[in-house]
Amino acid sequence: MYPDDFYYTKDHEWIQVKEDKATVGITDFAQKQLGDVVYVEMPKVGTQLEFHQSIGVIESVKAVSDIYSPVSGEVIEVNTDLNDSPELVNQDPHGKGWFIRLKIGDETEFEKLMSADDYEKFLEGIEE
Amino acid sequence: MIREPLIFEISGKGKRAFSLPELDVPSREDILQGLPVRENIEGFPQVSEVEIIRHFTRLSKANYCVDEGFYPLGSCTMKYNPKINEKIAAISEFVLSHPYAPFDLVQGNLGILKTTEELMNEITGMDAFSFLPAAGAQGELVGMMLIRAYLEERGNPRKIVLIPDSAHGTNPSSAHICGYNIQEIESNEKGTIDISSLEQNMTEDVAALMITNPNTLGVFEADIKKISEIVHAKGGFVYMDGANMNALVGICRPGDMDVDVIHLNLHKTFSTPHGGGGPGSGPVGVKRELEPYLPLPTIKKSEDKYILDFDRPKSIGRVRSFFGNFLVVVKAMVYILSLGPRGLKEVSEIAVLNSNYVRKSLEKDYFLKYTTPTLHECVFSDKFQKKHGVQNIDIAKRLIDFGVHPPTMSFPLIVQGALMTEPTETESKRDLDLFIDAMKQISKEAKENPEIVKSAPHSSYVRRLDETSAARSPVLRWVEKK
Amino acid sequence: MSYTSLSDKDKKEMMSRVGISSMEELFRTIPEGMKLKRELKVPSALTEIELIHHFEKIAKQNKYSEFLSFLGAGAYPHVIPYVVDYLSSRGEFVTPYTPYQPEVSQGTLQAIFEFQTLICLLTGMDVANASLYDGASAAAEAVLMAHRLKQKSNVLIAKTLHPQYRKTIKTYVRNLDIKIEEFGFSETGEIDFESLSSKMDEGTSAVVCQSPNFLGVVEDIKKISDLAHSTKALSVVVVTEPVSLGLLEAPGKLGADIVTGEGQSFGIPLSFGGPYLGFMACLKEFIRQFPGRIAGETKDVDGKRGFVLTLSTREQHIRRERATSNICTNQALCALRATIFLETLGLDGLKELAWQNIQKANYALEKLTQVEGIKRKFHGNFFNEFVIEFSGSLPKVESSLREKGILGGLYLREFYPELENCSLLCVTEMFKREEIDRLVKSLEEALKE
Repeated sequence: MYPDDFYYTKDHEWIQVKEDKATVGITDFAQKQLGDVVYVEMPKVGTQLEFHQSIGVIESVKAVSDIYSPVSGEVIEVNTDLNDSPELVNQDPHGKGWFIRLKIGDETEFEKLMSADDYEKFLEGIEE
Repeated sequence: MIREPLIFEISGKGKRAFSLPELDVPSREDILQGLPVRENIEGFPQVSEVEIIRHFTRLSKANYCVDEGFYPLGSCTMKYNPKINEKIAAISEFVLSHPYAPFDLVQGNLGILKTTEELMNEITGMDAFSFLPAAGAQGELVGMMLIRAYLEERGNPRKIVLIPDSAHGTNPSSAHICGYNIQEIESNEKGTIDISSLEQNMTEDVAALMITNPNTLGVFEADIKKISEIVHAKGGFVYMDGANMNALVGICRPGDMDVDVIHLNLHKTFSTPHGGGGPGSGPVGVKRELEPYLPLPTIKKSEDKYILDFDRPKSIGRVRSFFGNFLVVVKAMVYILSLGPRGLKEVSEIAVLNSNYVRKSLEKDYFLKYTTPTLHECVFSDKFQKKHGVQNIDIAKRLIDFGVHPPTMSFPLIVQGALMTEPTETESKRDLDLFIDAMKQISKEAKENPEIVKSAPHSSYVRRLDETSAARSPVLRWVEKK
Repeated sequence: MSYTSLSDKDKKEMMSRVGISSMEELFRTIPEGMKLKRELKVPSALTEIELIHHFEKIAKQNKYSEFLSFLGAGAYPHVIPYVVDYLSSRGEFVTPYTPYQPEVSQGTLQAIFEFQTLICLLTGMDVANASLYDGASAAAEAVLMAHRLKQKSNVLIAKTLHPQYRKTIKTYVRNLDIKIEEFGFSETGEIDFESLSSKMDEGTSAVVCQSPNFLGVVEDIKKISDLAHSTKALSVVVVTEPVSLGLLEAPGKLGADIVTGEGQSFGIPLSFGGPYLGFMACLKEFIRQFPGRIAGETKDVDGKRGFVLTLSTREQHIRRERATSNICTNQALCALRATIFLETLGLDGLKELAWQNIQKANYALEKLTQVEGIKRKFHGNFFNEFVIEFSGSLPKVESSLREKGILGGLYLREFYPELENCSLLCVTEMFKREEIDRLVKSLEEALKE
C-alpha cells in the first residue's frame, strides 16, 4: 500500500526524494479521511518553506485540512492539474495526486520522518 | 410532485404580473443625457401573476418547516413561531416608518426597543442591551469588540481568547475577526470545561473566555461561578453565547453567574421565525462596566421622551445601518408579553422535560458519549450503528422518510458522528413519540437492512444530492442557453 | 398564552419515564445558589386580544405616517405588489431553518439560486451570494474581502458613501491591519478624482464608492474603476438604491470587481430600518474569498436537478477562525421577498419603475428650483434623490413644513458640516404629482414666512 521509497509524516504527508529534489503529497489514509477532495490551495513556485510549515489547504465538501511541508526547501513546481481535477488526490494519492516539488533544504530533517513500515504501524495505532 | 423549473425557464416576452399607474408627470428623454443608461437586462424574467403564485407555492411545498412538524435541530431551538407575533409586527405604523424619521414621530418604535431592553435585562440579569446586531454571529463579534475596546482603553487589548472544544464554529471565527488568537480548552470526561486546563491557560494575555451555557452537549457548566472567578482574577472577561438560553429562562440568569457579556438569539429562545436562514436578531447584553462601549446608537429616556443617543465617545461605533432588525424585536417583545413570568419559566421546564424524555427513550438505541445529566438538548452519536456501516448522515436522511427533520450533525466536534437533538417546549408527546419511534425503527433497520438507511431519503422532492460535484464545478446561477 | 402542548397526563407519563417526581429535579445540575428564587419581574401574560390592543396603542405613538415624507437616504418607499406579502408569509418559507438538509429545503434553495441569478443580471457580475445582513455590513464585508484578495492595507472610501456605511466599515476594521482613508467630492457632487488619485498608491487594496451616491449623484463608475485598476486596486461599487439598476448600466459592465449594497427597495418595507437585505456580487475569480452562503445547482442520485449550499468550506462552521466571515445566516426571507418582487415586476415592470422614479424626481427638482430661495446644490446627474440648498435657515423652513404635515427630506449638516442649509430629498413612484406640487407650494409659503 505505502511505497517503500517514500518518507511519511504524522500529519499524513508523504515525500519522495530523487537526488536533491523531492515530491510531496498526502497519503491514501489522509485522502480517505477527507473524502471527496473538491479544492486544493497550493503555494507559489519560489516560496521558501520551513520544516513543518503550512504549504496549503485541501478541502473536501465538509472539511478543510492544512498540508505541511515534511522538510524545509524551495518550491520548484506545483501540480497545476489539481486545479481542474482535484479528484486526482482521491484517485491516485501517491502518484498523479502529488502536490508540490521541492528543492531540499536540509537533508538531516529526513531523520524526523517515518519509513513505510513505521507509518503503517503508526496508522494501526490510530485506527484502533 | 410537479418538478418546478427555474422562473427564467418559463419566462416569455409580453407576459406581465404587475403594472404601475400611468406616469402623471411629463415624460422627458432629455434628462437621460450624460447618464450611463443600460440597453437591456438580459435574461430578466417575464411571467404572469398566476405563474408567480404557482411557482412559489410549488417551491414552498418542497420545504419542510416547523409549521409542518418536529424539527429537533440541536442548539438551533426550532420552536413553534406564534402567529400573533407576525400579525403585530405587520401593524402599518411599524412597517411603514422611515428610520430617519424625527424621534418625536417614532416614539412607539423607540419605546418598543427600550422596553424590550428592560425585559431582556430582567430575564438575563444583565444591565444593558443593544439590539443592533442582525444575528447571533454579529452579536458575538460585537461582544468581543466591546471587551477589546475596554481592554485597549486600559492599555493592552491582550492576545488570546479561550474557547472550549465543544463550541460552535462562529465563536472562534468572531474572536478571530476581532483580532484575537484562539486557544482551545479541552472538555473533561463530563463534557464540561476542565478547570485545571482553564487555570493553566488563563494568563494575563487572555482577553476573554467564550462559553456556552448550557454547553452544546446540553450540559450545564455547574462550575460557572468558579470559572468566572478564575477568568476575572487575571483581568479577563467571560463571554456567554446565549444560543442555549432556552434551558434557563426563569430558572437562572447569566448575570447572576458573573457573566460579563452575552448575546441572545431572538430567533431561538424568543420564538421569532428562522425564515429559512434569517432575518434573525442577536442582541448583546453587558454588565455596567461595558455599557459605555455598546454600539451606536443606544436609546435613552429623557423627560418622558425616548431619544437616540449618539453622544457616546467610548462606543465601538456602528455595526450596521439604523437600529437593528426592528420588526424581529417587535415579535420577541410580543412573545415575552404573551407568556408572562410563569409562561416564560414553563418554556424552560417543558423544553428540559421534553429533551430528557427523548433522551431516556433512546439511550439504549443510540450511544451517548457523555452520561452527565442534560437540560434542553442531548447529543447522541452513531457509534452503535456504525458497526453496520450506517453513519449519522444516513440516520438523518432516513428520518426525512418518517416525516421528521434531522437533528444537528455538524458539531460539537468532540462527539464523532453527532446527532444533537433539541426538541423544544412546544412539541406534543405525540410528535415526540413519532420521532422516538422513527429513531428506534432506524436503529433496527441499521442492523437488519442497512441499505435502506444508507440510500435514504426515498420519499422527498429530491433524493440525496451530489454535493461533491456541486463544489468541484460550481454552478451558482442560471445562464441563458443560446 | 402558552405554546406548550402537553396534557397533564402526558406530563405525568413523561416525568415517570424520565424518573423524576418534580420539575425541579430536571434542573438538579444547576447549583441552588445560582437559581432565581423568585418570579421574573415581567408583566403578567396577555391574551391575543390584549396583545393587539396593547401594541395598537404603542403603534399610535408613532406619528410618522401622518406626514407626507420625502425621506430616502438608504431607505426607500417603493411599491410592494401584494403577491410579495402573500407568498412570503407562507409557513413553508417563514418557519424552516437554514437549508442544511437540502432534500427537504429545495424551495428555499431554488429561491436563493434565483435570487443569486437576479442579482447577477442586475449588477452584471458573475456570481452573487445568498445575501448578507444589510447594506452597511455588506460594504464592510466587501472591504474585508478586498483586503484578503490584495493583502494590502489601505482602503479608500468615498465621502459620498452612506455615512452609516462608512462608520460600519470603520468599526469592522478597527482590530485588523486595514487603514481606511476617505476622499472627497467635487462641485458636481461626484467624487473628486483629484482627491482620489492623490491618495492612491501601490498599497491600496480597494476603492469604494456608491452610485447613485449619498448625495443622489450618479458616479462615473468606468472612470473610477479604471483609476482603481491603474494601481491594481479593486473597484468596489455600493448600490443603496438598486431600483436604479432598472435604468442605469450594470456596474459589472463598467469595470466593478465587487458590487454590494442594500436590497430594501426590492419588496421590503421601511420597517424602521430592519430587517433589510445586504447583497453582494463579484467576479468569478474571487469566489474563494467570497463571504456568506451560496447556493449551487447539482443533481440527485436519480439525476434530477436539485440545489445545495455549496463552497461551504469558506464558512465558519467548517473553517472556524480562518473562515472568510463569521456570518452564519443570510437574510433568507428578505431575499425571498426581493426575488418575488423582481420576478413579479419582470423586465418591463422594473424598467418602468426606474423610469417613473427618475421622471418624478426630475419633475420635483425642476419645480422646486423655480421657487425663490431654493437652488439645486449639485449638478451631477441623479436618479431619484437630489440635494437642494435653501437661502435661509433650514431648521426654520423645516419646522414650518412640519406644521403643514410635510417632512422635507434629510437635513445634511449632521453628516456634512459644509452642507449647511442643504436637504436631501427622495422622490419615488409612490408620490403623486399633486403631492409633489403640495411640497413645492408649501415650501414657497414657508420661505416667504
